[in-house]
Parts: sequence; structure tokens; C-alpha cells
Amino acid sequence: MDNIYHYLNLLFIESYKILFLLIPILVTVAMIVWLDRRVWALVQKRRGPNVVGPFGLFQSLADALKYIFKEIIIPASSNKVIFILAPVTTMTLALIAWAVIPFDVNFVLADINVGILYLFAVSSLGVYGIIMGGWASNSKYPFLGAIRSAAQMVSYEVSIGIIIINVLLCVGSLNLTDIVLAQKKIWFIFPLFPMFVIFFISALAETNRPPFDLPEAEAELVAGYQTEYSGMMYAMFWLGEYANILLMCALGSILFLGGWLSPINIYPFTIIPGTLWLIFKILFLFLMFSLVKAIVPRYRYDQLMRLGWKIFLPFSLFWLVLTSSYLYYFNLLPTN
Amino acid sequence: MIAHSLFFYFFSFIAIISAIMVTASKNTVHSVFFLILDFISISCLFIMIGAEFLGMIMLIVYVGAVAVLFLFVVMMLNVAQQNSELIQKNNKYTHLPIGLIVSLIIFFELIIVIGGWKFKPDIISSNYISINSNITNTHSIGNVLYTDYIHLFQLSGIILLVAMIGAIVLTFKKRSGIKRQSYIEQISREKSTGVSLIDVESNKGVNIDD
Repeated sequence: MDNIYHYLNLLFIESYKILFLLIPILVTVAMIVWLDRRVWALVQKRRGPNVVGPFGLFQSLADALKYIFKEIIIPASSNKVIFILAPVTTMTLALIAWAVIPFDVNFVLADINVGILYLFAVSSLGVYGIIMGGWASNSKYPFLGAIRSAAQMVSYEVSIGIIIINVLLCVGSLNLTDIVLAQKKIWFIFPLFPMFVIFFISALAETNRPPFDLPEAEAELVAGYQTEYSGMMYAMFWLGEYANILLMCALGSILFLGGWLSPINIYPFTIIPGTLWLIFKILFLFLMFSLVKAIVPRYRYDQLMRLGWKIFLPFSLFWLVLTSSYLYYFNLLPTN
Repeated sequence: MIAHSLFFYFFSFIAIISAIMVTASKNTVHSVFFLILDFISISCLFIMIGAEFLGMIMLIVYVGAVAVLFLFVVMMLNVAQQNSELIQKNNKYTHLPIGLIVSLIIFFELIIVIGGWKFKPDIISSNYISINSNITNTHSIGNVLYTDYIHLFQLSGIILLVAMIGAIVLTFKKRSGIKRQSYIEQISREKSTGVSLIDVESNKGVNIDD
């Protein structure tokens, strides 16, 4: 009997933790949608959403209400189970990845040994939401969008994987907390700057952000894999997409920008708690994401594939050889 | 331990059911999705016995890459055609003997391996590998793979590379009569080469294709 109480207690505590991780993330997602639209508008000398609430802050809330009360239309010739499962998959995968993100020392839901592999696995599963949505809609544009998206995400995953190996060579551990602590002396963005640039561009492609938003290129494919979706199901795709973008920003700040570490380890900087530093870094990366969206025109599809396979992959492989030779020659390889 | 065994039975039940559904479902895309479910539950089982590295690699390689390619191929088939049972209609039992032989071979192999492991454990356990429980299993796999078995590891990598190149060579076909994109040409285009003013004679027109 004691055992069962123990389990129930554990279950309660864990659910409590999960809830207090998920709610801030969902609120942040809603806020960054607003931020994204505002930045986009400011670059184009428009005002952007500024009516609902102060500075239009409640715009996302109003949009969410609108989506909830809209009718969900399921196409008659679609494959209904998979059609409904697709947005659920996207959203779930975007949220479960946050379990391993460390916000500070010991401030992490699951401090697992293979944290970075877990993140990589979850982000490679993300493609299924899109394929399922595109195929189950049983219509031309969603299907074309899904195929494009799958090819794009699989291609850019390869270069992200090799960039992660570059970082891991300098750390010697797959644990995300160890990766951050290894950057105490110097953030990895300085020795591995070209890798950071490639990571940033690959992250844009991985999350289907402009200029790589070919899966939903409105001029060619209406709205890509989301064409047949409406109401709350469309909103779930949307939430999942933005949660994924936020996750990629978090991954970038953990791998290259020193996670929760303050930039300089002296008095005025060290008062600010580490969690806030991580949030600043994530927001900074997200600001860069939305600036890129506003400034850069869309790529052509063959150029996208060429960039992934013929430029990023060889270059990051070359850099991998360079990093490992450097570490080996100067006897800097981490040992444990 | 109750929770542990509960989770074990949960994941193995899902793995077996989805493995059966891979062959039983009529829609091929559904089969691939059940295959993915099977992979995921098996990687959960890996994680439960503490082999977290194998579990994650299983997810990344099989679910993230191999199954996507399966889906790619299968999705290209027509949906209406898949539902019409055309595939399963006739000669339902012609594949039975071959399938039976293959499954019997696998069954006996399993019996040999599991029997040997059960009754003479020292045959299988190798003396090279000493398990050190202080380091993570990622480290121990790396220690074995990159020291004792480095040549075999490299060899398997080369075999995969050769297979990849072979597949590309077999399917590569130089086609004529299609327009190719030349990036150097497109980037190095300037106003002087890109724009030209032509005096068009009336009722003649110009040929823009060259």
C-alpha cells in the first residue's frame, strides 16, 4: 500500500512540474507570435497588430478565441483518423522536447544522459505531423507541400546533426547541462562561429521559416499541408510550429550561446538569474528569426536542396575534421 | 518494480500488436505508420533496460530517416487504389510457403541464441568487453566500438557508402532535352548581359529562346 502512495505522490509532483513548464511555454508561444508580427510590420513600416490590449499584446489571445469557436471542417474524402492525428502529433512533439531543456543548474525537468540525442530525435520526428497532415488531406496542394517539407527537413537534419557532433567533440558529454557548463570559459559561438551560422540557417529550414517556407509557399501551394485544416486544428499546427521555433532558439542558445551563463562573470551581470539570461538569449535568437523573415525573399526549391546537400554538408564535415584535428593535436580532447 | 513491469508489458503489448497490424492492415500507409509505432515502442523498451543511447539512435535512424523514406515511396501510390483491395484480391496464399520458411529460420535462430544464452552463458559473453557501470553506456559503446572493433566499424561504414554510390550509379540517367539550372551563370549575370535592346521589325517578332 505504501508503494502505491509513493507512486501517486511521484506522479502528482511530476504532473505539477510538467504543468508549470508547459503553461509558461504556451503563453510565451502566444506572445512571440505577436512579437513576430510586430517585428515583421515594423520592418515594412506598418503598425502591425496594435488594437487588442496595450500595444496589441492580447492579439494572440483574441486569435486563439476565434480559432476555438470556429467550426472544424474535415474533408469527406480525407483519411479521418490520420487527419485528426496530424496536428496533435505536431503539437505534442513540439512540447515534449522541452522536458530536457535546462533553464539553470538543476532547474530541468529530466536531466537525462542523452539529452541532446533526445532533442535531435524529437525534432526528427516532427516531420511526421506534416507528412500525415499532407497525405491524409487527400488533395493536391497539401500533398505537394508535405513532400517538399519532408525532403527539406530530412536534408537539413543531416547538417544539424554534424554541427551537434562538432559541439559534442568540445564537450565530451551528451548531457545538456554538461554542454552548458563546458562553456564557462568561452562560449562555443567564438571558436565555432561558422558552425553557429550554419546552425542558424539550418534551423530556419528545419522549422519551415522564411526564406525556406516552401512547404507553405502561398504563391504556389495555397497553404501547403495546412490547406484543408480549419479552426482549432489549424491553430494546433500553428502553435506546434512556433513552439518548434522557440525550441530551436533554445537549442541554439544552449549549444553556442552558453545557455544560462552570463556573458561576463563579474558583479552587475551575475545578479541577474541564469533563467533570465537563457530567456534573453532565446528572445535574441527569435528576434533574428523574425528579422530574417521580414528581410529575405523566398528561396527556389532546387537552390534550397543544393544549399543543404552541396554546401552545408561538405562544409560542416570539413569543419568536423578541423575541430577534431585541432583538439587532438593540442591534446584538448575532453576525457572522462 | 510494479510500475516498471507495468510499463514493460504496456510497451511490449503495443510493439506486438503494431507488428501484427503492419502485415494485417490493408492500407499500405497505415502499415508504415504501425511500423513507426513499433519502432517507437521498441526504443521505449531499450530505454527501460537502461540502453538510452541505443533507444535514441533507434528513434533517430529508423523513425527519423528510414521510415520517412518508406512513407515517401508508399505515399506515391494512389489512395483510391489502395482501398480497393486489388492487391490482396487473388493469390492470397502463394506467398505462404516462403514466408513460413523465413519465419521458421528466424525462429530456430532465436532458439539457438536464447537457448545458448540461457544454458551456457559463458559461450556468448566475450572476454574483451568489461562492463564498467560507472560510465554512461554511450561511453562504453564508444570505448568498445572505436578501439577493439574499429576495423569492423570502418568496414561496415564503407559497405554502406558503396551501397549508396551503387544505388546512385544504377539510377542515374543522363537525360537530354531538359533545361538545367547553372548557378554560376545565374549569379554572374549582369545588366549588360541580361538586358538587350532589340529593334523589332514590325510583323516579324523576336526569338527569345536563345
